[in-house]
Order: sequence, then structure tokens, then C-alpha cells
Amino acid sequence: MASKFKQALNSGKFVVTTEVGPAKGTNMDAMLHHIDLLKDVVDAINVTDNQSSVMRFPSVGGCMLVKQKGAEPILQMTCRDRNRMALQADLLYANYMGIENVLCLTGDAIPVGDHKEAKSVFDLDSVQLLKTVRTLESGKDLGGNDLDGVPSYCAGAIVTPEANPIEPQLVKFEKKVNEGAEFFQTQAIYDLDNFKKFMKHARKYDTKILAGIVLLSSAGMARYMTKNIPGIFVPQDLIDEMAGAPKGQALKTGIEIAGRLIGELKKEAICDGVHIMAIGKEEVVPDILAAAGM
Amino acid sequence: MKSITKQKTLEEIGQLLDGLNSVFIAGCGTCATMTHTGGIEEVAAMKLSLQELGKTVTGTTVIPAACDDMTQETIKKYEDAIGSADAMLIMSCAMGVHRVSLYHKKAVIPALDTLFIGLEDNYGEFHEVCAQCGQCVLGETGGICPVTACHKGLVNGPCGGTNDGKCEVDKNRDCAWTLIHNKLAEQKRLDLMYKYQPPKNYQVTPKPKVTKIT
Ligand code: SF4
Ligand code: SF4
Repeated sequence: MASKFKQALNSGKFVVTTEVGPAKGTNMDAMLHHIDLLKDVVDAINVTDNQSSVMRFPSVGGCMLVKQKGAEPILQMTCRDRNRMALQADLLYANYMGIENVLCLTGDAIPVGDHKEAKSVFDLDSVQLLKTVRTLESGKDLGGNDLDGVPSYCAGAIVTPEANPIEPQLVKFEKKVNEGAEFFQTQAIYDLDNFKKFMKHARKYDTKILAGIVLLSSAGMARYMTKNIPGIFVPQDLIDEMAGAPKGQALKTGIEIAGRLIGELKKEAICDGVHIMAIGKEEVVPDILAAAGM
Repeated sequence: MKSITKQKTLEEIGQLLDGLNSVFIAGCGTCATMTHTGGIEEVAAMKLSLQELGKTVTGTTVIPAACDDMTQETIKKYEDAIGSADAMLIMSCAMGVHRVSLYHKKAVIPALDTLFIGLEDNYGEFHEVCAQCGQCVLGETGGICPVTACHKGLVNGPCGGTNDGKCEVDKNRDCAWTLIHNKLAEQKRLDLMYKYQPPKNYQVTPKPKVTKIT
């Protein structure tokens, strides 16, 4: 049977996903608290994988906790830390434990993280990882050997609609679709006109697109992201709106902006859903959805 | 081909030479001369540095091409000076260090770290061009090597970290996949970028790598 998340994707409803990040250490209280807050308001919860190349509790372990709480996990898997054998082994384990959704990522570079002398693996890339998922589903591993017990997954990937230049990104997008990406969670988008242009292209492909919504918490953060984070562009009017927020109300304004974006995406049926990234403010995700009228 | 090297710190060289009081220094007249890490001047400077550290320098030379088998002749020629030293300090890339070790029993200490094989862009500026992966894809990437020019060695297109055509690890470095895309577009061969590239074979020549011309 298809995973709950896959059923949601195929139901035609406007799908909502969000994400939680495991702790650095064994204290999972904050993450468990976030899962409790989020599980009834979203369709699935991503668990990040050593995000930003910072070593943490593993994503597959985090997904187990999401499962235990009765929610639907999406396993983020990067190619940075594991070779093709370890990735396949973890995919088998995840499937056996009932973790059926997987987001295939390249992974951030080692030098941006907190283990700057580590060996980066990248034995596979995100396109090859997608194909690996589909290969396992065919009952074979990457070595061409038969599997005893065949898994099945709902596999997705990411895309950066605001990438500059966009053309190489769109080539990779098409390759990901060709290798079986059933859904995409995008990098943060803020400019709906730009996003509509991207969607016009993406709609030519048989895949679901969940627009990435990153909560703005201050004007400074908005400026910082535009300047420093690859593929993120916050239009000036939104930066001004954040800057104009009364003292102590910036987060509230950020929630309103996120809610408004989601509301418009849904109303105009621009894409198939949203992926909300609240970056440390997971507890306000329900407020964002309320602001979106959901 | 240029083997690009960087001199180890004097501190590290001092540690490596701990207990070895007399030293013969050999540089290399080829790559290490071009990279200014083991030419005539650098060998002379090293001699002074070692003397300041209290070492006796029994002799110095710059081998024409330390990785070549002719190195054996140079070693023979300096047998007296080498024989009276506790160790040889080699200011060439590691290939030269290997050569020298083949031809003499004395302890051989590298003075350089071998970084990569590259080309010179401008005077004193080098970049890696080939990691000898054993499965060359240049024919499908517009002559730009994704294994070395892309930080992650990706073969199916750019990661999400590319920004304004630069790489996420360094804003001053071009994203290889933007370059490849533009080059292929210019050559009207962009269809090559849409081709799925399978995982690379990392065991083309399993380590220890050897091959025999047949
Ligand atoms: S693909 Fe790159 S690393 Fe591999 S052989 Fe060709 S140039 Fe060298
Ligand atoms: S930004 Fe470009 S060069 Fe850097 S890792 Fe990503 S694809 Fe490779």
C-alpha cells in the first residue's frame, strides 16, 4: 500500500509538510515536543540529515521517533556521509521500520559544517540516489544482486526555483523526474511571480511540487538570506514589511507573510502544497497555517 | 603535468628531523622549481634554515627531474655527502621522494606536501585538473572535469549550493556545473548534460594501483 504521504500527494489536496532537526546529542525533548505540536496539522514531517554538515542524531533515528508519535516521517538522505552500500542498507532498514518516504539530497559541503576535516563521500549524487531507490524497488541492489524482501518507497527530491543561473538547475530537475522523483520540496520561495514562472515549466512534468516556505523572523535574517544563502531571494517589499514591524512583532509579521504566501499558493492552485521550514521556531508552524486560513 | 606542492612548515620539518643531525638536501628542477617549493633558491634557503636549527648540511643539489629514473645518477654522484648524512631532506613532490628512496638506504624525509596535479593559470597560481579517476568523462562535460572542478565531484549536474555561478564552498570559485552548462550550450551539445551518468567506478584500478602496458 502507498504511504500515507503518497496517498495525500495523490488525493489532490493541498499537501503540507514541515521539518524537524534531531539534536546534537541524545536529548530529543525539543524534537519530540515539536513532533507533538506538528503531527496533527501537517501531512508529513521531514527529519533532516546532518543538516548544514553539522553532525547530529541520525535522520533515520529521528524518523523512528516521528513514527512512534504516530506521525508520517520523510527521511532526508544526503550523499555526503555514506557510500552506496551504507545508503542502500539504511534504505532497507528504514523501509522495514515503516519509514517509506525518502527525500534524496546531495548534501551540503563538508567545509560549511562542524567537522571541517572529515572525508566527504559523494559516492552517489542525488540523481543516482533516486535511481538507487527505484532499483531496490525492482528487487535488485546496485550490484545487480537479488534482494530477499523487496521494499517500496515514495521518493522525492529538491529543486531551487530561484537559482541563478536557473538553466543548469532545470536540467537537474528533469533528470530527477526521469529517475523517479515523485515529489519536490523546493528551496524557499518568496516571489510568487518568479515561482509561477518556475511552475509553468514544472507543470510539464509528472511530479508534485511543494513550495518551500521559510519563516522570516526578522528583517536582518531576510537580508542575510538573500545575500548569503544560495538560491534564496527575498523581495525588497517583504524586507521592508519585516523592517516596519513594531518592536517585538517581527516574528508575528513573519508568520503573517508565510501564511499569506501559503494562502495565495493554495487559492490560486499554483502548486501541490507547501513545505514549511521554521528553522528553530517549529512551535509557530500551527500559527502559520492558521494565518493561511488552513 | 605539474605536481603541485607546498612546503611543510619549518616546525614540522624540524620534528621530522628530530635526532637526525646531519642532512643532505635535494630539490627538483622540474615541478618543484616551477612552484617555487624546491628549486635552487628554496634549497639554498632551506640550507640556511636547517643550519639555524643547528643541523649540519653535508651537501645540496637540485635533481633535474626527481621522479625520473635518472635520479639514480645524481644520487650516485653525491654518494659521499649523502653517505655522511643522517638523512636526506627531499624538496620535490612525493614522486621524487619515492624515487630517491628506491636508490638509497638513508632515511628520506619529505620537505613538501604534494597537493594535486594541476596547471598553472597565472604566474604562481595553479589549479587541479585531473584526479586520475580512471573513467574520464571530459568528452561529455565540455572538457571541464567535474571530478576535480566541482567540490563534490558531482557528475549529474549542479547541487543546490550554486549561487550566481559560484560554488557554495567559496564565493570566489566558479561552480563547475555552471561552467560545464555554458560550455556545452556554446558547443550546442547541451543534450549531453541531460544524459544520466551512472555512479562512478571507484575500483577501475583497485589500490594498490598498478597497470602493465600490454
Ligand atoms: S574525469 Fe577528471 S579526474 Fe577523471 S580522468 Fe578525466 S580529467 Fe581526470
Ligand atoms: S556549487 Fe557547483 S561546484 Fe560547488 S559543489 Fe555544487 S555543483 Fe559542485
